[in-house]
Amino acid sequence: MGSELPLFPVQASSIAPMVDHLLYFLLAVSVFFTLGIFFSIFYFAIRYRRRSESEIPPKVEGVMSLEITWTAIPFGLTMIMFMWGASVFFAISRPPDDAQQIYVVGKQWMWKLQHMEGQREINELHIPVGQAVKLTMTSEDVIHDFFVPAFRTKADVLPGRYTTAWFKPTKTGKYHIFCSQYCGTKHSDMIGWVYVMAPQEYQAWLSGGTTGSLASSGEKLFQDLACANCHHLKDKGRCPDLRNLFGSTVPLSDGTSVKADEAYIRESILSPAAKIVAGYQPIMPTFQGLVTEEGVLQLIEYIKSLTPKPGAQTGGPGTGAPTQKISKR
Amino acid sequence: MITAAAQERQTYLNESYGLKSWLLTKDHKRIGLLYLGTITFFFFLGGIFATLIRLELLTPKGDLVAPDTYNKLFTLHGVIMVFFFLIPSIPATLGNFFLPIMIGAKDLAFPRINLLSWYLLVIGGCFGMYAMLAGGVDTGWTFYVPYSSTYSNTYVVATGLGIFIAGFSSILTGLNFIVTVHRMRAPGMTWFRMPLFVWSNYATALIQVLGTPVIAITLVLLICERSLHIGIFDPARGGDPVLFQHLFWFYSHPAVYIMVLPGMGIISELVSTFSKKAVFGYKFVAFSSVAIAVLGFLVWGHHMFVSGQSVYAGLVFSFLSYFVAIPSAIKVFNWTATLYKGSISYATPMLYAFGFIGLFTVGGLTGLFVACLGIDVHVHDTYFVIAHFHYIMVGGTLMAYLGGLHYWWPKISGRMYPEGFAKLSALTVYLGFNLTFFPQFILGYLGMPRRYWQYPDEFQVLHVMSTAGASVLAVGYLMPLIYFTWSLRYGAIAGPNPWGATGLEWQIASPPPAHNFDETPIVTTEAYDYAALEAAKVG
Repeated sequence: MGSELPLFPVQASSIAPMVDHLLYFLLAVSVFFTLGIFFSIFYFAIRYRRRSESEIPPKVEGVMSLEITWTAIPFGLTMIMFMWGASVFFAISRPPDDAQQIYVVGKQWMWKLQHMEGQREINELHIPVGQAVKLTMTSEDVIHDFFVPAFRTKADVLPGRYTTAWFKPTKTGKYHIFCSQYCGTKHSDMIGWVYVMAPQEYQAWLSGGTTGSLASSGEKLFQDLACANCHHLKDKGRCPDLRNLFGSTVPLSDGTSVKADEAYIRESILSPAAKIVAGYQPIMPTFQGLVTEEGVLQLIEYIKSLTPKPGAQTGGPGTGAPTQKISKR
Repeated sequence: MITAAAQERQTYLNESYGLKSWLLTKDHKRIGLLYLGTITFFFFLGGIFATLIRLELLTPKGDLVAPDTYNKLFTLHGVIMVFFFLIPSIPATLGNFFLPIMIGAKDLAFPRINLLSWYLLVIGGCFGMYAMLAGGVDTGWTFYVPYSSTYSNTYVVATGLGIFIAGFSSILTGLNFIVTVHRMRAPGMTWFRMPLFVWSNYATALIQVLGTPVIAITLVLLICERSLHIGIFDPARGGDPVLFQHLFWFYSHPAVYIMVLPGMGIISELVSTFSKKAVFGYKFVAFSSVAIAVLGFLVWGHHMFVSGQSVYAGLVFSFLSYFVAIPSAIKVFNWTATLYKGSISYATPMLYAFGFIGLFTVGGLTGLFVACLGIDVHVHDTYFVIAHFHYIMVGGTLMAYLGGLHYWWPKISGRMYPEGFAKLSALTVYLGFNLTFFPQFILGYLGMPRRYWQYPDEFQVLHVMSTAGASVLAVGYLMPLIYFTWSLRYGAIAGPNPWGATGLEWQIASPPPAHNFDETPIVTTEAYDYAALEAAKVG
């Protein structure tokens, strides 16, 4: 039997101290009220204990000012909790712009993670300390949840849509990944480790055993699936131009428009008929079943690379390690 | 010694004999006892599952049962305890028995529907038992899709049907209570003279009638999705899994108040009777029940802060959740203030009431943590949540239920239970409960996820504490079963009003006659008027 008795989790992300400070405030309020109630009950119970069966205590009328006081003070305190909690929640929900992208696919019962540089991991995530990381996540089957207690963050991972989580690790070490949304038989085996590494160690890790950047894997898949037959990348083909697509606003045939984000591109690959770009015919076949969720993420990353980032030259298909054959799942 | 006169007196128990006289009874008191037997069975069944869960978690490795078995254990524990014990518990037993008497009525408004309600619970329970015996169900009591609709290979449809049918039992009980309170109060029993137990059951009945149809339709959709493959919830069929969560919690959050509001009503009765004081701030306590019932419908999304719903939805639900905390706080403060200058007895029901206030305070305050967006992201789906809702449902509802059972047992059975033994059980339950569930708050903040069959070694010490507490708790729950049964034959004769309480139920014989009142009572005083009671005794 383990003899250790941890009482508080390690703080290993920029969010963790914010969450813990909020916790301390709520703990202080709770301890104050709990002790107040306990002390009052014990005091009254002893001070006014029944001394004879026939005694009739004096009648005490309700006091309006007291009722208002003990309504208003807790209300004020809870509103502080709400606003403070909301501000921390905004910090948890909004990844910074410089966050490094990592894709996560959950399935019964494992986590599959892909780095931009092409590294693919199962149930392990290696990241450098001090670098914000944004996870874009989806599931191949049921709902899962990516939870790293040391980072004080979690998010459900759903089939059919992308959810995000982010964290900026502040301390090197090895931290638990838990699936915290019940997902079936081996739910409690759907666990892993985050390795937060010093930057130079991370670079060493990155250079070992790479299989080509994520975008280059996506480019390969783009060729394998014969996407380029219609989506010409040099001239205007029968299908919408994918250059400079990501992040742009796409006019649709029904007169509305949509922002070309990850979810839109995923939908266009798997359910092409759902949104038709204005001026095009609905001729694209669905790729449902032909491409895995990881493959979709690689394609998205490739399509993203066709839109040059302002001021940044990374992420293009030619950058990173030389393209190698990717091992299919 | 039982006198010949007492033996001959006609009561609801000796008015007729035989199985048929019970199974076809329209007497709300007998139906209350039918419910009592039924939910006691389900409570101990759910308790057996809890015991197995705690034993499995004694060690980090899954070594007692297989993972699928473990998943079925926590699912059946949740389904049985929530739908077949906690929801019917107080309203259908003590409410059924005492609500009509407390307002001076001879029965509920619809006695036949009342009997039907019990049959519906039993039929629903049979479906649940079938699912259990045929191979179990492993979705968790929350039935999240697409796991429940597409991936689980267990008896989801039978379980869902069982809950669907039992839901009608709850709706009909609620309907009966609403009509009874509106139409059948005795002359002089104005709304603000009603005991607070009646107020809280009335508020509960509103939720039962308005909320339960939503879980019914949700389960029907789930069953259709699972058996007919229509695409409502499964994204692979064009559905939306988050929609299921909205529908499920639209009922299942208010259901928490179905469970705890009647308990709050009991505590108001106990605190008043055992301090011989009118409940401080009667109207605030009464209206806070209604406020909880109404606000409880507006906060379901706080179960979904990390589900993928929008950040702004999260904000709104967090904000509204804090509103529902206020009426609960008002109740706790008013109960405490009731003790001031009282004549406080330490009889067993009062010990349960003290226990309730303490545990409900902790459960309620930790509710502020899980309503707080910044903290909930971390503690969501961990043991912190498990600990929180067990403090509310077990520390709250179950303590109140046991307190109420000890309080009204002399009226129900006409006999007293052994006081010393009962005090020991109250203390055992309180200590066992805290040892079981307090370590789970720490486990949860450390990050231990719920529904885990195995766990990392560093969590073991806290799990061992929890399992040790659970074994103490089990002893505490078995004791009342023993001494209540014992008291039926050997307990001292209780007399009509052993506690010196004010309610109308204490002004009639114990056990009550078949039609409660020989003549319709006329109410001339406020609830909890101990001076008037004393004056009547003298005069």
